[in-house]
Amino acid sequence: MTEKAVEARKKGQRKSSDDYTYVGMVFHRLTRHKLAMFGAFMLIVILLFVFVGPLVWRADPNEQIEGLEGMFNVPSPAHPLGTDDYGRDVLARMFFGGRISLFIGFISAISSTIVGAVVGLVAGYYGGWADDLLMRFTDAMLSIPTFPLLIALASVMGKGIGQIILVIVIFGWMVDARLVRGLVLSLKEQEYIEAAHAIGASANRIMWRHLFPNTLAVLIVSTTIGIGGAIIYEASISFLGFGVQAPFASWGNMLQNAQQFIWNSPRLIIYPGLAIFMTVLGFNFFGDGLRDAIDPKLKL
Amino acid sequence: MDNREILVDIKNLRTFFYTEDGVVPAVDGIDLTIHRGEVVGLVGESGCGKSVTALSIIRLIPNPPGKIIGGEIFFHGEDLLKKNAEEMRMIRGDKISMIFQEPMTSLNPVYTIGDQISEAITLHQKIDAVEAKKRTIEMLHLVGIPEPERRFSQYPHEMSGGMRQRVMIAMALSSNPDLLISDEATTALDVTIQAQILDLMRGLQKKLGMAILIITHNLAVVAEMAETISIAYAGKIVESASAREIFKSPHHPYTYGLLQSIPKFTEKKTNEPLPAIEGMVPSPYHMPKGCRFNPRCPFATEKCREEEPEILEFSPGHLVRCFHPIES
Repeated sequence: MTEKAVEARKKGQRKSSDDYTYVGMVFHRLTRHKLAMFGAFMLIVILLFVFVGPLVWRADPNEQIEGLEGMFNVPSPAHPLGTDDYGRDVLARMFFGGRISLFIGFISAISSTIVGAVVGLVAGYYGGWADDLLMRFTDAMLSIPTFPLLIALASVMGKGIGQIILVIVIFGWMVDARLVRGLVLSLKEQEYIEAAHAIGASANRIMWRHLFPNTLAVLIVSTTIGIGGAIIYEASISFLGFGVQAPFASWGNMLQNAQQFIWNSPRLIIYPGLAIFMTVLGFNFFGDGLRDAIDPKLKL
Repeated sequence: MDNREILVDIKNLRTFFYTEDGVVPAVDGIDLTIHRGEVVGLVGESGCGKSVTALSIIRLIPNPPGKIIGGEIFFHGEDLLKKNAEEMRMIRGDKISMIFQEPMTSLNPVYTIGDQISEAITLHQKIDAVEAKKRTIEMLHLVGIPEPERRFSQYPHEMSGGMRQRVMIAMALSSNPDLLISDEATTALDVTIQAQILDLMRGLQKKLGMAILIITHNLAVVAEMAETISIAYAGKIVESASAREIFKSPHHPYTYGLLQSIPKFTEKKTNEPLPAIEGMVPSPYHMPKGCRFNPRCPFATEKCREEEPEILEFSPGHLVRCFHPIES
């Protein structure tokens, strides 16, 4: 803190920009970003719903009520969101399905960012044939029509949460790789990188200690938006029946399950659909705001 | 004449850049000798190859497009050009350190300055974090940064340009190098700060006894600091002598022209414009035949346009690359 800021504080003035650390400044800008705050609000609602909800409403998401009376119940005190075609409590399934969807979203977005960052760093730092090789591979991956191959891969590797994450990562790292490579290309020309060479830092050290932290701001933004994308992917794969398998719920396979009853029982499709919509929109709004807050000049 | 041990001996160094438009002979046969504890100035205009010489010594020429294609750089009697990448890395920052032109961008914005100096220390010395911090604070104190304990945990953006250049110097000197290369280290600073940094460097040189290679286009900087001065022009050394000799009796027309173009306090006020060297630095793609300075030289003759002069001893310790050296 500078003396000016100390003085200002003594006089009870508003905080000046000198008062903030970098993180503090980003946070400050973020709180004034209306869309980001709206996104954050939606995400908090979703997170509370998914993680605190099951503590309040204790029902087994996989328990089936036998008989015709148990199926397609409309919302009632016994089942706040009604029951599905097997007579299972929809609210409980929304809780646990949400946990799985969010888990898959987080893990696969973070993993694809890590893979992308490694590829981008190596390509950008070494340049030459390493760059050519990695970037042409990235281009090739980007030009594969994702969906058919995704389904093919999912069917080859089997069905399960681990496999879905793997499939999403395999098709999700390319954008981050390009982003990081571009950043590294400009960062490595900076004098502090030359200075790092001049103190005798090794290539690995320069990549991971000097270049990587400088790309973090952008990577955090890209991961945040990536989570939304990964949740959509998970929903799509599950919707097509290659994702999370019954009896376990995910928002995606709840949609899939509900599509045959769309005319009789539209609420079964509306609940998970709305949840996915809110989550993805929340992450996108929040990510956009985060990007503006981290660097107002930066437009990706 | 100098009986100190030779620290660096550059012989016929040639570093070329292979660009799409052609080959640029940025350094084309530079010779330079630095004794232990000596302050040497390498002076020249932009593009004369002085920075490339510095980067060649620590082998940080970006490759491609740059390549050292010939010559030898002896450091403590060993040819640096024969060392492998790992051996070279161990020398950088330990025995040879370098400070750069832009103090504003020479520090990594995401680490505190303490972290960065400590990194330079722990890269070459086997000491733990506590020791490294102690040494870092010592170094900050040495380069005249007030309240080093507090500064230790500050980020580069919290410091001024002059302070940051002090940090760079602290980092460069943290492992007691034998040679410090200062590549235009004061150029980006304003004049008062420039004087402070030069004072600091001179003081530290006396205290620690390392040799310094000062690379600059500013004759005033080397006038204050250097014992010997080499003048580079278009990738070659054109004149080399003690600082006193260079300023008192320059023999090469280029050096003479440079000195003439500096306004002097002692001169009577005239309405004459300041003398300047006519013409432009030759394009690196089309070096003139013969002496590289001939198109701009007022004394050029037919011989200068045909043959390239060798660098010869004009008087003891005073080397000149010219067929028609100026007698002064």
